Amino acid sequence: MPIILDKVSHIYGQDTNMPVKALNNINLVIPDGQFIGIIGHTGSGKSTLVQHLNGLMKATSGNIYFNGEDIDDNDFDKKKLRSKVGLVFQYPEHQLFETDVFTDVCFGPKNLGLSKKEVELRAYEALKLVGLEDEYFYQSPFDLSGGQKRRAAIAGVLAMKPQVLVLDEPTAGLDPKGRDEILEQIAKLQKETGITVILVSHSMDDVARYVERIIVMNRGCVMYDDVPRAVFRHCVELERIGLAAPQVTYIMKDLQAHGYDVGDDVTTIDEAKAQIKDYFARLAAAKKGNR
Amino acid sequence: MLRDITLGQYYQADSVIHRLDPRVKLGSTILFIITLFIFDGVAGYFVAALFLALVINLSKVPFRFMIKGMKAIVFLLLITVVFNLFLTPGEALFTIWKLKITREGIRLAVLLAIRLSFLIIGSSIMTLTTTPNQLTDGLEKMLAPLKRIKVPVHEIAMMMSIALRFIPILMEETDKIMKAQLARCADFESGNIIKRAKGLVPLLVPLFISAFRRANDLAMAMEARCYQGGEHRTKMKPLNYARRDFIAYAVVVCYLVLGVAAGQLETALLAFVGITGGV
Repeated sequence: MPIILDKVSHIYGQDTNMPVKALNNINLVIPDGQFIGIIGHTGSGKSTLVQHLNGLMKATSGNIYFNGEDIDDNDFDKKKLRSKVGLVFQYPEHQLFETDVFTDVCFGPKNLGLSKKEVELRAYEALKLVGLEDEYFYQSPFDLSGGQKRRAAIAGVLAMKPQVLVLDEPTAGLDPKGRDEILEQIAKLQKETGITVILVSHSMDDVARYVERIIVMNRGCVMYDDVPRAVFRHCVELERIGLAAPQVTYIMKDLQAHGYDVGDDVTTIDEAKAQIKDYFARLAAAKKGNR
Repeated sequence: MLRDITLGQYYQADSVIHRLDPRVKLGSTILFIITLFIFDGVAGYFVAALFLALVINLSKVPFRFMIKGMKAIVFLLLITVVFNLFLTPGEALFTIWKLKITREGIRLAVLLAIRLSFLIIGSSIMTLTTTPNQLTDGLEKMLAPLKRIKVPVHEIAMMMSIALRFIPILMEETDKIMKAQLARCADFESGNIIKRAKGLVPLLVPLFISAFRRANDLAMAMEARCYQGGEHRTKMKPLNYARRDFIAYAVVVCYLVLGVAAGQLETALLAFVGITGGV
């Protein structure tokens, strides 16, 4: 179910003497099954943008279409939209409230009016999807570690079986291991179920490794919208707006500047590895040829 | 949704009123409120209205902001007016069913409506033009003499400023949690009162937890910086009266004198009309 944003703008505090234009004329098409990364520095409008996708915020001007229907129409079922477009907020663990993890994850599907059996089945599936062990299911969510809380909260959204999953900085405040695990699981989920995943982040390295399309936000506008390789080619411009290309891209650029013949539009460590191996293979072949 | 509450909110602008010493504003507001209850004639309220208009004009805060604050008390205002209208004994003007409207009732209802709305507008001018920090600073300094009788003035002011500081933070937090639960298809709006009250649990539990967490963090941060209240604490921005503050005091005194004089004049006139009318 594709989402289309047509000239969407959002202004905060429109009736005060300091209106802030958070989104400025955004045009986007989000087709089914894509893994998208939205990057931008703090205050660039990423969080505001994603809250428009499930109708939590209303655009000041412009239209948003979900599956061909305008979500601001009076007869549009917002509840249904929110079950189809699951939004995981920043620090989602702050929304946990039930006495045990399992009941908390049940909250979303229960609100959809499903049968008890279906609700519990979905909750169980969701908890398995995020890789939370059975032993935690009936513990208080407040007794879990930070990473586990985060998983439980993500499961709370996944249990609604959304077709579009939006994650707003899902790895903020986690240690590298927790971060990698969560991102791996999201990537796996995306591959297995084919749902659309939108990952909001400001870590280029995370985004570059998983996504197939990057949307760069700057001051409420879409600055770039392309495959990672093409976006990170603009690393000078990215630096100017307070972002950067993945670290490995810089290493490869430096190598090239020092006269090593490797490609410079490398965005992940695996690609870099392949490129360097290839370089040495060519070197060896050339030596053999000389001999 | 929750951001519509203006009562106790600061409106950023650069005006004479904004720059006034908070003590002046606090004192004047209290004085203004007292005068509202002393005046009981048309003339007094006319002067009060003029004074309010002058201050609002000087403060550069759009008038609709003050009206917004009024929305919160519309219900209260209505109840007061209705009760006074129907339940004041006196000379009946006309009767609807068992309820009679009296001349005294109308007078009292109008008077109370004016008093209450002026009171709210008057105090919102203060809160709209003074940051909570300035306000508590002013209060601390005003109450400083009470330290002699062992009243922990500084601690009280500190608690107040922390409480005030937390209002916007908790509002933001409420908004955030509400959105997060809405994203999980929570329902805060439909159903009967019991269902709605139950619906608030997913909002209130995380909110309390986060309030405690924040309070704890703040306490830790204060402790880590060796915070100690009371004696020998200096201020980064000590309050000092400037020339404009004295002028403001003078204006307020003028208002008081004018209001009282207008009231006296009115009673004298009414008495005169009464005497001549009687003759």
